[in-house]
Amino acid sequence: MSQNEDNTQNEDYKGYRGKALEKLREFEAKIWSDVEIATPGGNYVGFILPRSETADDLHIVVKLRTGYNIGVACRKVTDIKINGRKVANYKIPEQDFPYDKRKPRVKLFGTGGTIASRLDYRTGAVIPAFSPGELYGSVPELADYCNLETEKLYGVFSENMGPGQWKGIAEAIAKEIEKGVQGVIIGHGTDTMHHTSAILSFMLQNTPVPIVMVGSQRSSDRPSSDAALNLIHSVKTAADSDIAEVLVCMFGPTSDQYGLLHRGTRVRKMHSSYRSTFRTIGDIPIAMVDRNTVTPIRNDYKHRRNDKDFILKPYFEDMVGIVYYYPNMQPDIINSMIDNGYKGIVIAGTGLGHVNKPLYPALKRARDEGIAVYMTVQTLWGYVQMYVYETGREMMGLGVVPAANMLPEVAYVKLGWALGQTSDLDKVKDIMLTPVAGEITEREPSNGYLIYQGGIPEVEEFISKYKK
Amino acid sequence: MLDFEFKPFDEMTPEDYAKVGFKSGLEVHQQLLTEKKLFCRCPAGKYSHDYDAEILRHMRPTLSELGEYDGTALMEFKTKKNIIYRIHHDSVCTYEMDDTPPFEINDDALDIAIEIALLIDATVVDEIHIARKQYLDGSIPTGFQRTAITCVGGKIPYKDRSINLIQMSIEEDSCREISDIGHMRVYIADRLGMPLIETVTHPEMKTPQEVAEVNDILRRIARSTGKVRTGIGTGREDVNVSVDGGTRVEIKGVSKIKSIPLLTYNEAMRQWNLLRLREELKSRGIDEDSFSAEYHDVTKLLRKTRFQPINDAIAEGKIVNCVKLSGYRNLLNWQTQTDTYFSKEISDRVRVVACLTTLPNIIHSDSPSETVSSSSWSKVKKFVNAGDNDTIVLVWGDETDAETGANEVIIRAREAANGIPPETRQALSDGTNGFERILPGPERMYPDTDLPPKVLNVERIAKINSQLPKKIWDRENWYRELQLPEDIVIGLAYSDKAELFEKLVKILKVPAMLAGVALMNYPKRIKKAGLNIYALDAVVYEKVFNAYLEGRLAKDGIYYALKNIAKDGKFSMAAIPVKCTDDELERTIEEARIEVKLTEIIKPEKTEMVLFGIIMNNLRGRASGIDVKKYLNENNSEEV
Repeated sequence: MSQNEDNTQNEDYKGYRGKALEKLREFEAKIWSDVEIATPGGNYVGFILPRSETADDLHIVVKLRTGYNIGVACRKVTDIKINGRKVANYKIPEQDFPYDKRKPRVKLFGTGGTIASRLDYRTGAVIPAFSPGELYGSVPELADYCNLETEKLYGVFSENMGPGQWKGIAEAIAKEIEKGVQGVIIGHGTDTMHHTSAILSFMLQNTPVPIVMVGSQRSSDRPSSDAALNLIHSVKTAADSDIAEVLVCMFGPTSDQYGLLHRGTRVRKMHSSYRSTFRTIGDIPIAMVDRNTVTPIRNDYKHRRNDKDFILKPYFEDMVGIVYYYPNMQPDIINSMIDNGYKGIVIAGTGLGHVNKPLYPALKRARDEGIAVYMTVQTLWGYVQMYVYETGREMMGLGVVPAANMLPEVAYVKLGWALGQTSDLDKVKDIMLTPVAGEITEREPSNGYLIYQGGIPEVEEFISKYKK
Repeated sequence: MLDFEFKPFDEMTPEDYAKVGFKSGLEVHQQLLTEKKLFCRCPAGKYSHDYDAEILRHMRPTLSELGEYDGTALMEFKTKKNIIYRIHHDSVCTYEMDDTPPFEINDDALDIAIEIALLIDATVVDEIHIARKQYLDGSIPTGFQRTAITCVGGKIPYKDRSINLIQMSIEEDSCREISDIGHMRVYIADRLGMPLIETVTHPEMKTPQEVAEVNDILRRIARSTGKVRTGIGTGREDVNVSVDGGTRVEIKGVSKIKSIPLLTYNEAMRQWNLLRLREELKSRGIDEDSFSAEYHDVTKLLRKTRFQPINDAIAEGKIVNCVKLSGYRNLLNWQTQTDTYFSKEISDRVRVVACLTTLPNIIHSDSPSETVSSSSWSKVKKFVNAGDNDTIVLVWGDETDAETGANEVIIRAREAANGIPPETRQALSDGTNGFERILPGPERMYPDTDLPPKVLNVERIAKINSQLPKKIWDRENWYRELQLPEDIVIGLAYSDKAELFEKLVKILKVPAMLAGVALMNYPKRIKKAGLNIYALDAVVYEKVFNAYLEGRLAKDGIYYALKNIAKDGKFSMAAIPVKCTDDELERTIEEARIEVKLTEIIKPEKTEMVLFGIIMNNLRGRASGIDVKKYLNENNSEEV
């Protein structure tokens, strides 16, 4: 069988294998066939659907006339009568995005993620889908704000994003700014959105226009998805706002009310599934955004400009890692990184930035072999302060550099970016400790740390007054 | 064919229903008795109108698995509702709020569903696939209900035939609606996520009464497991109705079985009358293609109107649109249901789709009185160029709503030329129904990508099958053979006492009638006396009947024994009335005779009965009525 034929066969019986596949082949019942399946327990009438590859090989999936799906054990199937075939065409109606010469030009880059997604029968899960016309077809409100152009850069889940994509995105944005775009949006999976927002803040400095990252926590194939509103908010921000920075634009509350614009270097995904998962850490967000207005809640942001004097530095050293310290950690963790040629290590230490003594020899070895080691805190909130305790001073003696209040993930991408530019550790240190885009702040305002404790009367009273 | 005219409800015969081709099927929802909810670990059955947080959401239509939009979804999207959920920390977690993916399906709930499936002779599916059934009305924060088919087919005996079943699904319950005014709909989320089953019958019921009876059987089957919730709102049904030439229309959320006959009667009448309306339109030369309507902004013509709703609306800066329906003269007064007319169909649509919820939301020239003045009607008619054969409809609201409203008037009027639109309708308390939404189709189903399919293996089903309660119709047949009265037959067959009854009768050899009365009637009497009957469990019954069978307890003492136990909250020997001696019996009777003598009895012929009553009351179950009667008969020579 040629490769081609094999593929066709796979498509015809998508997801099926083993006994279930045998049974379908026996009756030549391809997926999407309109069938009547006979079993001793009764007959089933409906369409044969593809099967998830991760499911077992003993059942055939049938979409009944009522729209429900069930799995029929293939061992029970005595006959399959085929009455027709209708291949499903899961496609959001595409429409040309309308052009209005009075509206600003905004570019939307797609990289994947749940902002636009569709069903994947191979795995049974949702996979990213991205097409400009689809976006307009499903969120026509976008045309009220701008002339939207879209370009698919990548189609990957956010956990699969990496330095290659980061550089690619930075370069693509740079090109658009050169062309005079009014704002840029990057559709991105939410899991590593804050890594990308941080690295873009370093790679693309002094942007004259908003660079807005957006995603969704509920895929757009759900009626209650946050995708549409997040998109609307991001388009509003990119088209109209005065904030020329790399921003993350995601839900403020879980309600469909407003989004928050977080500075790209201070934001973090804080809940595995909540809509309002993104939070600015150790500071407050830059602005609130709804369908009609962008409302800044601080005034130290960079303003929109008409020039194109941005700086593009698309560099990254891959051999950088992050180590999350835990009690009883052994030096072999650090040693193996050294053995494997790592050039930079970010440690997320306990408390003010500590690790245990057994690690010291490994840290010393790292210093001696010219590896940059930086300390951040796994508490996320607060500064590294290595003078308070002796441990800290000892570690600094071993070459560990405190990274102030840089978030661990931010320190990681910044170290990769710094080492991508120079291997001179003094220069690296200069780069690391000189704030580029708010990744290190001079002060933590008292409202920069607000994790309300549920159950306490005053908190409950507050929550009950506002929509969550 | 269409010359049949519906008679009043009480006068309709099965033949009449046969004439219009009445057909009805049921979707019976029954909450399951589980400790936790279906897809999360929240406690089930914690209801309260209290809430400590609110969430605001909007719904957007999405594509079905086959790449199609559902009509209902698009309609709901038109309404642009702000949906508010009220949540309480104790009964709702982040799952119901759609901020956490589902946990695995509750196996206890699934087992109950399988048990009921086996009771209705259905085929349990080999592998369940959880689907998302779209609900854009907001009744579920996700915008869909997680639901899965647990079995297909099945049947229940009814009269001399069987009612065939289509399928049963297990699903999560929705929110309770608190209010729906303008563009704001408010739900309380306490019921959300509770496990329930939906049993769907084929449309094989031929009269409204049959629908109610079949529903009752299905309800009793579920209850016979002892594993479903009982009480208000725990069982709800959707009733599908059609007549010959009609369309399947679903009446949703019927909570009382006894309201079904009138509801289905009215729906059949509505469909029949809409078919007759179509005939009327045809005779006027109006079909879907020739239908003609238009609307205009007539606000400026009505600035001085005294009709308050329009006057107020204009004062608030709203606008009035006038729809001209060509050739529709008088048809808005066409009767659809009991005391209900075609204008209601139009008004309903305007209310639901355009969110113009304050009534009246339309007025029309077929009923011009007491609205705007006749001179205003004339001005408006002239402005929209309406002739004598036309009907005009006024609808008012802010610009968007008035536009949506006018369009809905036209849409619904045009549908009349086509027949009966497939709709979901809500049951109203007067037995009529009102528009709720367009009937959703299979397009609203979508596989749930959050959960994998689940195999229901043979061992699991076999285990449930081995512990299955007897089927209620088998029990009923046996009870009838035992010559139990019909109310006990029906009540006992699905009650949690059925198995105890069988044990008492078959093993302990308690007379069937006595067991039936003691199990079904005594607890009711004791409850009526204001006592809690929770102590009356199987063990207590067995002990009491043993005392009776061993001759320690008189037959008439059984009631008193149970009552005493209920009062004490537990069984004790002291609760069993001791049989009285012959001397005690004699003395009690003599005392009663004296009492009777001293009493003025209004109906002397009842003296014997009064005497007997006093004796039995004074004995408090310490002797049986038979013994007392025997004694009285043997000594009745004595003058009373």
